[in-house]
Amino acid sequence: MAEQERKKVQRKETEAESEAVQPASSETAAQTTDKIDELLDEIDEVLEENAEEFVKNYVQKGGQ
Amino acid sequence: MSVHKVCGTETEYGISVRNQGDFNPAIASGLVVNSYAGERARVQWSFEEESPGRDARGFGVEGAVVSDYDSALVNVVLSNGARLYVDHAHPEYSTPECFDPLEAALHDKAGEVVMARAAVAAGTLLDNEQRIGLYKNNSDGKGNSYGAHENYLLSRDLPFSEVIEFFTTFLVTRQILTGSGKVGAENGRPDVAFQLSQRADFFEERVGLETTLKRPIINTRDEPHGDPSKYRRLHVIIGDANLSETQTFVKLGAASLFLAALEEGALPDPVALVDPVTATWQVSHDLDFRFPLALEDGGSATSLDLQWQYLEWLTKYSELAGPDPVYDRVLAQWEELLTDLESDPLSLADRLDWAAKLRILEGYRQRDGLSWDDPKLRALDLQYHDIDPERGLYYRLARRGSMRRLFMDGEIERAVAEPPELTRAYFRGRCVSRFSQSLVAANWDSLVFEVGEDTLKRVPMMEPLRGTKERVDSVLSQAADAAGLVRALGGSNGRTGTEEGPAEGN
Repeated sequence: MAEQERKKVQRKETEAESEAVQPASSETAAQTTDKIDELLDEIDEVLEENAEEFVKNYVQKGGQ
Repeated sequence: MSVHKVCGTETEYGISVRNQGDFNPAIASGLVVNSYAGERARVQWSFEEESPGRDARGFGVEGAVVSDYDSALVNVVLSNGARLYVDHAHPEYSTPECFDPLEAALHDKAGEVVMARAAVAAGTLLDNEQRIGLYKNNSDGKGNSYGAHENYLLSRDLPFSEVIEFFTTFLVTRQILTGSGKVGAENGRPDVAFQLSQRADFFEERVGLETTLKRPIINTRDEPHGDPSKYRRLHVIIGDANLSETQTFVKLGAASLFLAALEEGALPDPVALVDPVTATWQVSHDLDFRFPLALEDGGSATSLDLQWQYLEWLTKYSELAGPDPVYDRVLAQWEELLTDLESDPLSLADRLDWAAKLRILEGYRQRDGLSWDDPKLRALDLQYHDIDPERGLYYRLARRGSMRRLFMDGEIERAVAEPPELTRAYFRGRCVSRFSQSLVAANWDSLVFEVGEDTLKRVPMMEPLRGTKERVDSVLSQAADAAGLVRALGGSNGRTGTEEGPAEGN
């Protein structure tokens, strides 16, 4: 493979990225955990009550 | 020369009826389609020009393929130029022909809104405890798959053998960006906890005409829905249905660029995989993005290596082709996705469905100590794709700001009602809005009107880039009724208009 060319694209992007992605990556690990916990709590409220039955009944025949 | 990459998607939705395990999916799908169409202008689809059995490699196989349309009695055209119908045992939405991949991604989202409303409308006809669920995914987790197809306008001059030779490896490796994620493996593939793609396990051939069994990486259906001497419509069946707007945009955009570059002869030698069929599931099962795929030239490369390579080539191609706001955005987004994939795959949880889903699954596994075979994880997988805005996990993420959006809700709402303005879908959609009483049939390349004469008047639309707002708005606004429209288009003998398309010169 044209390894050198590939690296060139990568480097170009890595430089650009260091500015653009800073804000998101500065988030602390604790904040991220908080967010995922909140998200899971929210999902708990809408998740199908009987997961096993829900999954078992989902059968799709005759598709392309 | 490449032809402009008019594109669109067609998506079969999974369907379930809550508290009725033995429901008939074809009937339930019909109920969904009819319920939506019932409250709006509806026009019957016509199959006159369709030939799903014609093979792009040149050897037509009359009768070799079971008609796709046996169950498609329910089949309507909407005011945005889209088609809503029952295909096999699923409700399906085909976007109108779109001018570019950004518009096509928007109309793909509009399809979700149409389907969600159709499900609600159908639900009012059911018993209280029953509920129709629609899922924008591609697998039931039990070995049954259903499609999310993409269509790209190609020049007839491009030998189909070049599509096979060049495009196969691109399609196999793009799964790292196009997958919607799935718990487990199917169809006899090696067991795996989680994989990138919904569809990968189901591809069994390199090239072929089938879409329902022995699915091929390159589908050869030769049904141009346009002037067959000038065009092909490449029917790509190996993609996942995506909820992520970014993903649909990059999926359609990168493929459009690739095909344009191929038509221009702007790609270097093809990169050939030794075994593309096996590579399809290997790429999907490889969550480290390090699996070495054997190449025909004796070397090997990872899916990520090859996607970088394609990005590099298409960046060069687009520099030669000149700036374009949509395609420049495709390239920038594609590059960002590959960069993030390389450094931290889960950082893509706000842009790629498989990553968003994996983040949720890992969250549950950690919090509740679930093993990968816990039914709850499969339920989460399924519910990610529920298009009910309250229940669907994708929509929950989007509302929390956890998914990056490309479109405002208002833009999607507009696409539910209004056709694209730069393709023939404009003419179709406007005729549905204005003349639905007289429009007796419609399909991709013609409209048929009943104007109170002995014969029906057929308006052919063989050119996807004609029938645009600019070309037809004045004739549409001047026509008081369908008879006036047909007269203005210049036809009076059953075959109205010109073979090229409605209401314009060359």
